[in-house]
Amino acid sequence: MRNQRNRAARLASVSAVAVLTLAACGSGGSISEETAANEEKAASSGDCGEVNMAVNPWVGYEADAYVFGAVAEQEYGCTMNYKDLKEDVSWQGFGTGEVDVVIEDWGHPDLEDKFFAEKGDGSAMEVGPIGNVGVIGWFVPPWLAKEHPDILDWNNLNKYAKDFATSESGGKGQFLGADPSYVQFDEAIVSNLGLDFKVVFSGSEAASITAFQKAEENKEFLIGYFYEPQWLFADIDLQRVALPEYTDGCQDDPAKVACDYPETDLNKIASTSWMEEDGPAQKLLQSFSWTNDDQNLVAKYISEDGMSPEDAAAKWVEDNPDKVAAWTQS
Amino acid sequence: MTTLAERPPAAPAPEPVEDRSSVWASKWAWAAVVVAVWVVVWRFTDGVDTLARPVRESTDLFDRLSQFRNDVLASRDTNPVVQATYAVGQWFVDTTDWLSRMLAVPDFPRPVPQVGWLGVLAAATWLGYAVANLRIALLVAASFATFGLLGYWSDALDLLIVTFVAVLLAVLIGLPLAVYYGTGGRVGVGMMTSLLDLLQTMPTFVYLGPIVLFFGIGSSAAVVCTLAYALPPIIRIAGHGIRNVSTTTIEATDSSGQTARQRLLKVQLPMARATIVVGLNQTIMAALSMATLAAYVDGPGLGKPVLRALTRNDVGGAFVPGMLIVLMAVMLDRTTTAASRRAEIAARGGDDPRLRRLVLGGGLVGVLVAVWLSRQQLWAAQFPESDLGGRIADAVDSAFGWITSTFDGLTGALKDSVSTVLLNPLQSLLADSPWYVTGLALVAIAYVVGRRRGAVAAVVCLTLIVLLDLWHSAMLTLTMVLVATLLVMVLALVFGVWMARSRAVDLVLRPVLDAGQTIPPFVYLIPVLALFDPTRFTAIVASVVYAAPVAIKLVADGISAVSPSTLEASRSTGCTTWQEIFKVQLPMARSSLVLATNQGLLYVLSMVVIGGLVGAGALGYDVVLGFSRSEEWGKGAAAGLTIVLLGVLIDRVCRSAADVPKDIAGARTRTLLRSKVPVGGSPKSGLI
Repeated sequence: MRNQRNRAARLASVSAVAVLTLAACGSGGSISEETAANEEKAASSGDCGEVNMAVNPWVGYEADAYVFGAVAEQEYGCTMNYKDLKEDVSWQGFGTGEVDVVIEDWGHPDLEDKFFAEKGDGSAMEVGPIGNVGVIGWFVPPWLAKEHPDILDWNNLNKYAKDFATSESGGKGQFLGADPSYVQFDEAIVSNLGLDFKVVFSGSEAASITAFQKAEENKEFLIGYFYEPQWLFADIDLQRVALPEYTDGCQDDPAKVACDYPETDLNKIASTSWMEEDGPAQKLLQSFSWTNDDQNLVAKYISEDGMSPEDAAAKWVEDNPDKVAAWTQS
Repeated sequence: MTTLAERPPAAPAPEPVEDRSSVWASKWAWAAVVVAVWVVVWRFTDGVDTLARPVRESTDLFDRLSQFRNDVLASRDTNPVVQATYAVGQWFVDTTDWLSRMLAVPDFPRPVPQVGWLGVLAAATWLGYAVANLRIALLVAASFATFGLLGYWSDALDLLIVTFVAVLLAVLIGLPLAVYYGTGGRVGVGMMTSLLDLLQTMPTFVYLGPIVLFFGIGSSAAVVCTLAYALPPIIRIAGHGIRNVSTTTIEATDSSGQTARQRLLKVQLPMARATIVVGLNQTIMAALSMATLAAYVDGPGLGKPVLRALTRNDVGGAFVPGMLIVLMAVMLDRTTTAASRRAEIAARGGDDPRLRRLVLGGGLVGVLVAVWLSRQQLWAAQFPESDLGGRIADAVDSAFGWITSTFDGLTGALKDSVSTVLLNPLQSLLADSPWYVTGLALVAIAYVVGRRRGAVAAVVCLTLIVLLDLWHSAMLTLTMVLVATLLVMVLALVFGVWMARSRAVDLVLRPVLDAGQTIPPFVYLIPVLALFDPTRFTAIVASVVYAAPVAIKLVADGISAVSPSTLEASRSTGCTTWQEIFKVQLPMARSSLVLATNQGLLYVLSMVVIGGLVGAGALGYDVVLGFSRSEEWGKGAAAGLTIVLLGVLIDRVCRSAADVPKDIAGARTRTLLRSKVPVGGSPKSGLI
């Protein structure tokens, strides 16, 4: 038996040496040509280096991130590292150098307190608006708005409360709360406006989207928290229910909220130390700005047409040279 | 308690079981009395002191917990612990990154990895033959080819790399601990058991954020969270094997004057080898089950495409990588099992070494050529593109569309009836009674079924749950867990008996059950949502899909183990099939039924977090909330601890209820190992 083991060991060492030798002398063929081409390109491209881009988990964000990346790679030879992360984890990464950019931020007062210079450790900073406007609110499927137009005013919601009842709402109307990632005051709004509804939390974006798709398809009553820009709008034009108008400060005390959500200018956030490098990628980030329609188009390529984010971004960049030029020239 | 509802009727049973049946009949009666009193009290106190609070409201306790985390975060630049763990994390990143560039992703400036698909496939196949046999080699080759053909070559290899690193660490850390677990004193082992319980039942979402804080984003976090979850099985199972080496053998060898070291290395470890391999196998399965969760913090692997598909509501796109995870689990499971069997054969000298060496040597030459080619030629380096994966995804999509549109009315009716008949009444009783009434009633039931030990466990766990500020959510969750377990046990009895009685059914069902157990729940979230809307019932369906396979297998194995001579005897007395099932097979398989209920409950509990993602609210939602918004981390942590407490409560009450004597405990463990269940704990918020 000992003999056998020795032989096995010898076999293993011989094979290891052979693999190493082969590995060392691998060259020739088209692989080496491409390698040479890559090396050349790396040498000739500027001093952009690597960009660690957080990719938060929604399609619109992917659209922003990959279009920025496509331009950065194409124009400045940057190496993009995309990292699939939720918001909170992304912000944690600024201080360690693992994340450089969060390109679409919907407002996180808590994270700003922790990571902006005023109150926190100063590892993150605001770079400015990305041009997209976030609209948060209460939405119903289009068939419902068409059949009962008065439902779009919150004053009439109680009239329909019974129609919104489900197995979960305990006899009241059901209001579908959203993914826990978002700031939501719906429980307070429902009680402060005296609505006969119960907030049932869908728990994830996938659950909310599936619910709205199904409600439109089967003409079911559904009201819930939703937001734009979102790829679902290309498919189903959800209608917003008007709540008492937002005024400054009406959402300051979470327990007393009785007003609509404000429109939010979405922001670009970046690592402070990364911004200080002030290279081409940083300049591109500063000038990067586009509209909700632009983003929705790329998001549609990804979600509806099944393109990879890279392909979708490349297509948009190719189709919109003037918009890209505006970013790179400034 | 619902778990008892599954017991076979306490009708006259064959001799050995009879007196136990009467014990159970009286327990039943007492439990019914407790419930009756509870219902009466509830009628008058409905809605009083329920400790319910708005879902998005915080408490002092939650704020303090969040503050603790924030303090650690704020101190990370100076905190020596964070610095040290971060350095370790960096090392994980470097290692996995290097392996990945060797095998999985382009190693810049090369357009391809150092070793292309042909070389990797050939080497893996060779390895399959070297550690096991030709059949395994073919299975490995087919699996790797499938990874490439369906278009997920790099993701699959990345997952293999992370799994490999985590499992290697789990073995290095776990085996010494297993030796201690198998030979240590009562107190130490008891403490370790609690720690392992905690690791196995605490939802991953609770510690995923802190892991990132200590170890960094990406593959380091993936390795660490995989390690945390994969470590317990090997400690538990291997430790169990070491402890159970027969005392006569140890005494016999001790009498020849061996040292403790010799005893361990020459007697205990070799004799426990088969069990240790089972532990390793379970560790690998647990590691794979973390694939999707690790993707939440940028962990590389097949979890990424699953999560991405989820953001687009792309059912087919999640299905294909999800099934590849299942395939990988099957491949690794069969390989480790066959490898241990082969090692045994070789150790006994029952092998033809000459032929094997010849094949291995010849194969090695082939591998070297393949590696060389895959470094030279683009076709051998980059897996040829095919649209097979896309076509399968499309087919799944259209099948899913057909199912949802066809069965929509039916599923809605099912959901509504289960909600009104089972869920709502039970929820009212548990969650809408004053907390002290529910608490007392639960303790009383625990006393009835589990005597003093059950009652003590209930008092301790329930008190802690009240202190964690989440009583009402805990009761909502408990309701869903009980209803889901009831459904799981109904399925387990029906299919378990059927499988045990028909070999054909067994053959057809087993692969389906394996898939149900290994497929990441994220793959079927959208289908169940489309069928049942975001509701508590959806969460129940998801957990039944996950928990039923284990319970079915345990029941089937338990019934198959009823000795054939007993069956013959009952047949000769003219039993009908139904009498045979209800009066002989089920009563004789009682310990398996208890075990199946216990495991079913814990598996269901491990899906609570998934339930939070599909509209069930309660503790699952709180955990997801804590992960999604760091200012709510304290609430998530409290919810996670509450889930652990519910698990401990259920487990201890079940155990004291079963109160299995020593010899039966032995049989129990064997069943457990054969059916490949993580011993004693649930798997987790997630998978496998």
